[in-house]
Amino acid sequence: MPATDDVQKAQRFREAALPHLDDVYTLARYLLRDASDAEDAVQECYLRALKHFDSYRGPAMKPWLFAILRNVCNAEYARRAHRPTPIEDTPGAAEQTPLWQETEANPETEVLRSRDAGAIRKLIDTLAEPFKETFVLREINNLSYREIAEAVGVPVGTVMSRLARARAMLRAAWMAGEEQAR
Amino acid sequence: MTCDEARILLHALLDNELDAGHAREVEAHVAGCPNCTVELAAQREMQRVLADTNLRYTAPASLRSRIEASLPQAQRQQPSRRAVLRGFAMGSAVSALAASGVVAVVLRQDDQQRILSEVVSAHLRSLQAGHLTDVVSTDQHTVKPWFNGKLDVAPPVIDLTAQGFTLVGGRLDYIDARAIGAVVYKRRQHVINLFVSQTASTEHRPPKTQSMQGFNCRRWGDRGLNFWAVSDLGADELAEFVDKFDAAMKANVEG
Ligand SMILES: [Zn+2]
Repeated sequence: MPATDDVQKAQRFREAALPHLDDVYTLARYLLRDASDAEDAVQECYLRALKHFDSYRGPAMKPWLFAILRNVCNAEYARRAHRPTPIEDTPGAAEQTPLWQETEANPETEVLRSRDAGAIRKLIDTLAEPFKETFVLREINNLSYREIAEAVGVPVGTVMSRLARARAMLRAAWMAGEEQAR
Repeated sequence: MTCDEARILLHALLDNELDAGHAREVEAHVAGCPNCTVELAAQREMQRVLADTNLRYTAPASLRSRIEASLPQAQRQQPSRRAVLRGFAMGSAVSALAASGVVAVVLRQDDQQRILSEVVSAHLRSLQAGHLTDVVSTDQHTVKPWFNGKLDVAPPVIDLTAQGFTLVGGRLDYIDARAIGAVVYKRRQHVINLFVSQTASTEHRPPKTQSMQGFNCRRWGDRGLNFWAVSDLGADELAEFVDKFDAAMKANVEG
């Protein structure tokens, strides 16, 4: 039978952490691209968070939970023999993606046609890490640059350059899709 | 400011992350640079479309309950025990129980016969003049509180007058060197002693009748309590008493 302070701690944890469940699950879905893996990762994330709740000093619960979720997901990547790419800042092909497409030929701003959420989610899924993660944290989880830096453990400048590259890549993929549709 | 720098900083501008000084610098560059103007407009457009689209996922309810279930819960006693406590033992008895910890009466199987003989002896003693009851009342609301504070767990006191068994009072007795509650009923002139003690076992033990020294004793176990009903009533009527009591107690606990 749990001691009273354990129960009280669990209650404080419940109030602080459970309201962010959808946010944590959303990030897990984008990082793992699999509903059932995401569920397992989120559950593991909450178990670890409870365990370390004593050392949590705030201020923001969300970045703290995301940092824990990242560790869980990295372990999951390591487990997936067929996808051994952990989220880390490795210079790869994605780093070479130009920050913008040359636009001289068409100086008018092309209006992106609205797509359904499913199509946009697929586009986001094609982004390489660590760009996708930064993009989701900012655009979908609504973290500030500083909070992203905290969750991911990189300087704010790195967050800014990753985000710029992520958005450039996403827009390029989006435009490419519209070209095909024409 | 170079275009490369502007292509990074214009996102911070869109996200309202720049201080006023840097924001002015970026705006100044964009104002004088057609390429960056197009890029800023394109990114603003994409941000608008993204903001209009629900890209979040909702955690399944099953995940939420799995996480809830993995958290330490507020003290959960055996439901049956808790139901019994809610049903009849209130006030000081519950406080005393909580303070002292549950001192359970665990009966070994080979002790049953000795206990039975003690129960029958206690019944016989109670039949001597002036020994039947410590509290005399046909009102369960008088008898029930009387036990509180005298025992770790007060016995359930249920009025069965309407069912043909009149509540006449209660008494403290001693079985197996322990204080035990006895609730006294009468049918016609026949006395029924219902002895109740706490037990560690919460399993339900169906009623069983045994005879000793010309008395019938029907005993059973339910919701963490052991019961012995002793009387010179016939086995049929004693069984009827136990059935009526059991039904009333179930109704009491569940209601
Ligand atoms: Zn420029």
